[in-house]
Amino acid sequence: MIFSRRTDLPLDRDALSRFLPWLIAFMVYMAALAQAGLFGLDELARRWDTGMAATLTVQIPANPDANAAANARVLQSALNMLSETTGVVRTTVVSEQKVLQLLSPWLGVVQAVDVPLPRLIDVETNPDIKLDVRVLQQKLSRTIEGTQIDDHGVWLARLIEMVRTLEALAAGVLALIVSAAMGTVIFTTRTGLTVHAEAIEVLHLTGAQDSYIAKQFAGRAWAMGFKGGLIGLALAALTLFILSYVAERLQAGMLPELSLPIAGWVSLAVLPLAAGLVAGLTARFTVMRTLRRMI
Amino acid sequence: MDIDPATSIARFENVGLRYGLGPEVLQDVTFELKPGSYHFLVGPSGAGKSSLLKLMYLAHRPSRGLVHLFGHDIATAPRDALPALRRSIGVVFQEYRLLEHLSTFDNVALPLRVAGMREADIKRHVEELLVWVGLKDHMNARPPTLSGGQKQRASIARAVIARPSLLMADEPTGNVDDRMGYRLMHLFEELNKLGTTIVVATHNEAMVRELGHPVMRLDGGHMHITPGTKHGINSTATSSSRGGGL
Repeated sequence: MIFSRRTDLPLDRDALSRFLPWLIAFMVYMAALAQAGLFGLDELARRWDTGMAATLTVQIPANPDANAAANARVLQSALNMLSETTGVVRTTVVSEQKVLQLLSPWLGVVQAVDVPLPRLIDVETNPDIKLDVRVLQQKLSRTIEGTQIDDHGVWLARLIEMVRTLEALAAGVLALIVSAAMGTVIFTTRTGLTVHAEAIEVLHLTGAQDSYIAKQFAGRAWAMGFKGGLIGLALAALTLFILSYVAERLQAGMLPELSLPIAGWVSLAVLPLAAGLVAGLTARFTVMRTLRRMI
Repeated sequence: MDIDPATSIARFENVGLRYGLGPEVLQDVTFELKPGSYHFLVGPSGAGKSSLLKLMYLAHRPSRGLVHLFGHDIATAPRDALPALRRSIGVVFQEYRLLEHLSTFDNVALPLRVAGMREADIKRHVEELLVWVGLKDHMNARPPTLSGGQKQRASIARAVIARPSLLMADEPTGNVDDRMGYRLMHLFEELNKLGTTIVVATHNEAMVRELGHPVMRLDGGHMHITPGTKHGINSTATSSSRGGGL
């Protein structure tokens, strides 16, 4: 057992150590947010990667001079060409209503418009077959002038790259927080060793091993770290709940849905334990190292 | 720790001690304590009595010379071995050095706790000893509420609770009246009869003469040893300073 509940040293009375739970609470709060961001972004990137990497959108410009039947023929010929292309699994024509909905941020909510709308075809491709989008684009353009293909993979790759950068930043913030927490514990432990030098000497002279003294500091730091961790986690949970509520109210269309995988929830739940463990082990290491310099 | 009767409890050879870059407070101190012996350590203030005791209870290492405790060379003994040696040593500090936030019971229990004894055994031993030193009614009192004599007794109880082979007391009668002083000395005599090696640093020359144990006299950092006048006590010892032999 590397921690101890009973203590021969009056560690509870240290003015500085009384602030430790609050300092750790703040750090755990920041760590929880960084960790939630890390897992949320990772999940988002993963969902985008699997959900959209194998999709294309074909856009056929509307011909204002052609009648509806002619436009339908053009659409059908595009669909035929796509179905004959190796690697295309499914094609879905986006309904006019859906197109209007997509344009609503610019046009407002309308049921119909006077101008002709472009037709959109969602294309699902087989991720195992490499489809040359440029060749497909040229093939479609030759038959239907002005046809464009949006390859989601290209912008998705950039988006995922950005998300990965944010993830690295969050991991960096997390590492900084852990370092700051360890630094705080080292500082308060060293102060405690100085304040209680007299009592520690008495313990030593009565035959106490360094580990006996270290166990008392570690036990205290563990308890304060765990308590701080619980406070920090509770505050972080409240913040995440408010953020999720606000995001919901802002409309799902504007913000991507951020949700945590099970591992994310578990990692948040164990934060108080981790904070206690980091504090306890840091205190123990600090005491053992400092006492080693004494006779 | 089991002590081999043939092994000396403490052996100092040409020991010198200085603090930092200051002058030597102990110079060429040489002596040996046999198991079961009883010595007084006397000398004027600043003669180095407390410094010598600090070397003996392992609060310092010597600047030079050889210090052997229970057959171990302190200079070469690994740091991890020192706690076990300290558990064989009981110290009654001049200023008691009781931990003020702990009760009398917990102060006395310290040596047993650090040795890892079970709480049930600790309770039994400590209560028994506190009854013996007359602190039964003050078990839960904290040191600031105790009188000088009570603190002294608590300090002695802490020093002897683990049945040390070597008991040292630094001016144990300095802060108590004569009556209490003689009672404490009687207690040390009893412990000595049970085989504990005793070293008592004191200014009380009258008591030293009366009890008749060998005297280690420190003056200006040098030691002179006078044999005891009391018979029947295993009071070996001896000698010297300025490179003198045993």
